[in-house]
Parts: sequence; structure tokens; C-alpha cells
Amino acid sequence: MTPSDDLRDLYQDLVLDHSRTPRNFRTLENANRHAEGDNPLCGDRVALFLRLGDDGRIEDVAFQGQGCAISTASSSILTTLIKGKTPEDAEQLVRYVQAKCSTRPGAPEPSPPFALSSEEATRLEALAGVRAYPMRVKCATLAWHALRRALAEKVGPSA
Amino acid sequence: MTSSLAQARADFPILQTCVNGRRLVYLDSAASAQKPRAVLDAMTAFYEHDYANIHRGAYDLSLRATDLYEGARAKVQAFLGAEAPEEIVFTKGATEAINLVASSWGLTHLKSGDEILLTTLEHHANIVPWQLIRERTGITLRVVPITPEGDVRGEDVCAAMTPRTRLVALAHVSNVLGTVLPVREVAALAHAQGALVLVDGCQAVAHVPVNVRDLGADFYVFSGHKIYGPTGIGVLYARCDVLEAMPPYQGGGDMVERVTWEKTTFKAPPARFEAGTPPIAEAIGLAAALDYVQGFGFDILTPHDQALVRLAHERLTAIPGVRLFGTAAHKAAVVSFGLDGVHPHDLATVLDSEGVAIRAGHHCAQPLMQVLGVPATARASFALTTTEDDIAALESAVRKAKDLFA
Repeated sequence: MTPSDDLRDLYQDLVLDHSRTPRNFRTLENANRHAEGDNPLCGDRVALFLRLGDDGRIEDVAFQGQGCAISTASSSILTTLIKGKTPEDAEQLVRYVQAKCSTRPGAPEPSPPFALSSEEATRLEALAGVRAYPMRVKCATLAWHALRRALAEKVGPSA
Repeated sequence: MTSSLAQARADFPILQTCVNGRRLVYLDSAASAQKPRAVLDAMTAFYEHDYANIHRGAYDLSLRATDLYEGARAKVQAFLGAEAPEEIVFTKGATEAINLVASSWGLTHLKSGDEILLTTLEHHANIVPWQLIRERTGITLRVVPITPEGDVRGEDVCAAMTPRTRLVALAHVSNVLGTVLPVREVAALAHAQGALVLVDGCQAVAHVPVNVRDLGADFYVFSGHKIYGPTGIGVLYARCDVLEAMPPYQGGGDMVERVTWEKTTFKAPPARFEAGTPPIAEAIGLAAALDYVQGFGFDILTPHDQALVRLAHERLTAIPGVRLFGTAAHKAAVVSFGLDGVHPHDLATVLDSEGVAIRAGHHCAQPLMQVLGVPATARASFALTTTEDDIAALESAVRKAKDLFA
């Protein structure tokens, strides 16, 4: 049995890889930002931990939680993309990912807010396979919403 | 399978459609059942030939509409084995029916320290209304545990019952586990303690014969859309003497005798509980749905469902990594399961790509999910149109998901 091509747009090898072996799936010592994403409809839950350095950049990031393949892969991909970014860049990336995951067929592709490496672009492209599955867009954006909340948090040593 | 059931699929226009180029395998009837032509036709015919408001006009059309609406009530009465049509209140669904009982009966008869007994496997609709009443009255909610198979045992009900128990509210059939609960036994225990019994029959009415007097139900509720009828119509059955002692739930037209600024008097049940223009066409659609189901009869329908459940259990457990939730001896048309390493939502997406529609999630039973120790399950639920081929499609799609995520 081979999965249909459509389904492979959603569950690309890269997505499956990140869901099976999520990166930065751990707790974070000295996290100074934290937010949880919760999708009660399907029971997806993600806890995102950030450490902002003295220069204000995201020094480290990790996540915990349980969820479907899409939400787990999305959280994992997120952690690989935002390390070293300023909160402002991360915020722009959130908007870009949201737009990219919900671009309708035939609509113009959103442009990235800043130059992405080809690997970064590939990871986001894989995640954007969700756009053909409107019921699953929330799974893909859950961690990104949490990131936005974590960055907006006004508590913690770096606040 | 009888020849009549074998052809039932042809009665459902939507089942003639294709999904992703495949035959639609609809295994989500526990969420909402599809509608046979007979229901759609009854509602269209009513709008085209007999429509008017009821209980009002002094003209022939309104009389015809009233007769059809009250005829639907009589049909529900017969379907549930109630003693009188006055014991049947039309609501917009089972949820509203339970809220009606909680507000009207609950706020009148319950006081601080009284107890209501629920079971672990209740749907949110049979939990939250009682929590709202708890906030207003100070009652206590006690929960009867389930066995690992998903059954409710009389002895556990006994153990949870106290002299303060006023009501036992339980599902007739679990919407997650498929368990057929021992309602008659529980009702006898409750009545021996002087408590009343409310039965949520949403998942039962399309699958097992119901006789409210035989069951000993003081209240019995169900939604029309789960028994092949339209949305927006539900039923509250309550014994006449119980309904008589309940104040109105909502106020408005058609439920009053005389209105003055000083004082308003209310009609007797069921009109007292049907304020405003009711869902007339929906009641008529429901009556057509009950006719349709009774055309087959539960002598055919119940064994059909049970054979499908057995087959689904067999086929699914043959797949390594599949775990069943709910293996009680007595089950109706619901099979919940999980696949190791695959989230139910991913499972449902893969199944959908194969034209197999199942539900994935908590099924509005989050307290039960906690007991099962999972955030969600995949659930296949069956209708009278479900065939062995549908179960084969389910099995094959689950195997495909397993391959994809292996």
C-alpha cells in the first residue's frame, strides 16, 4: 500500500522525521520565557521554553508535550528556526508561518520577512503542506501561537 | 443480513457521493447519522403542502400542521413506550433536554447537600448542566467508576449511593466505549433509595429497543439527528407526575394560559415546556425517521450492529499496535481504538484520504479520557447502512496509516 500523493504533501519525510525524532524535545534549564499551547479539541498540548540572552536574542529553546505528528513536527521545526533570532525576527517568522500554512490554492505565496537559508526554507515548505488540510492548520500553528505568547510575556529575568 | 438492510444504503442520498474518488465509508453516525430520503421528503412535503404555525390559526393549514406536529409526538410516545403523549416534550436536542431537567426539576427539588450520581463515561452534556446546578444549589456530584472493560456495575452504583442521592443520571449507551449500561438494574437501585433516574439515550435509540417504563427511566432524552432525523429536534420524556411538578424552563408564547401584568398562568405539560414556535418541520422529520427505523425493527438492527462490532474488534485487533477502548460484553454500535505511535488525528486524516470518515478526539467526554489515560481516541461508529465492506475499508485504511507512520 502506498499513501496517496496528496497525503504525502502533508506527511512529507521531513515532517515525519521531525515528529518521530523531535529536536530540542526537553526541558530547558534557566528558561526565562514559557508558554503553553493547548488544543482541547484534539488534546494536543505543547509547552515551549525560551531563554533570552543578555543581548535580547533567543539563546536557547526547547519544548515538551504531546500531540499529533503535525503539531509535534511543527514544534520541533520551530525550535530549529528561532535559535539566535531576536524576538522581533521571531515574531515576524510567526506571521510568515501562519500566512504560509493558510495560503489558499492559487493565492500568492507570502514572502519571508528576511533571508532564510535553503534548509530553513525547506523545513517551512514541508510544514506548509498542511495548507491542503484546513482542519489541520491549527495543529501546525499551535507552537507558533505559543511562541508569540512566550515572547509577549513581561515576566522573567530578561523582561 | 436481511435483504432490506442490504439495500438500505440506497435510501441515503449522501452515501451515493464519493470522497477522494472513493465510495464514502461513513463511520461517524455516533456524532450524527446521515438522513434517508424518507426524512428529507417528509420535511419538504410539509413545507410545500402543509406548513403553517401550530396551535394558533383558525384555518385549515394550521390545523394540518398542528396535527402533523402532535402526530409526531404520539409517534415518539409509541417509540419510547411512554404512557401518554403528554409525557413527550420536544426540545432542540438532548443537551437542551438535560438542561431543562437540571434547571426546572433540579432548581425546584435539589438543595445543598443533595447528591446526584453520574458515571465516569458521561458525555459533557450530562456533566456540565449538573455542575451549573451545583454552583447554584450546593449539591454534590458523585461519580460511579467504570470497570477496565468500560462497564458500569450495579455494586459500584450501590456503593456510591447515599440517602442524599436524589438523581442518578447516566448514559444508556456510551458514546466513546459503546457499552450498553445496565439501566434497568441501576434504576431499580435508585428507586429503592427514593432517587429518580435520568437516561441519556442519544447513542441508544438507533441501536437498541427502548421502553422507558420497562427500563424504569423517570427521564429519558435523545437527539433526533442521531437516529437519522434532522438536527434541531430532541426529546425529553418524563413521567406525567414528574413533569406536572416542574415549573417552566423558558417563558413565551404557546406555554401560557392567561397573561396579565400581575400574574401569568401556565399550560399543563408538555406545552408548559415548549415556549415559542417549536421546530415543527424537524418534529415531522423525526417522526419519519422513527418510521424508517421501525420499518426494519430492532430484531434486525441490534444483531446487525453487534455483528459489526464483533467484526471490527476482530479486524482491528489483528493489526499489531491497535488497542481497543471499551470491551464490555454488551456493546452497541461504537468502537474506540488507538494505534501505537500514531495520534488519533493523524489516523483520522489518513482514513479520510481513503474515504473513511471516523471521529478523532475526546468525544465530549474529557473526564473519561483522563481515566483512559489518553488525550483522544479514534472512534468508528455504525449505522444501519454500515456493511462488512465498510469494516474491511476501515481495517485497510488503519493498516495504511500504520505503514505511513511506521
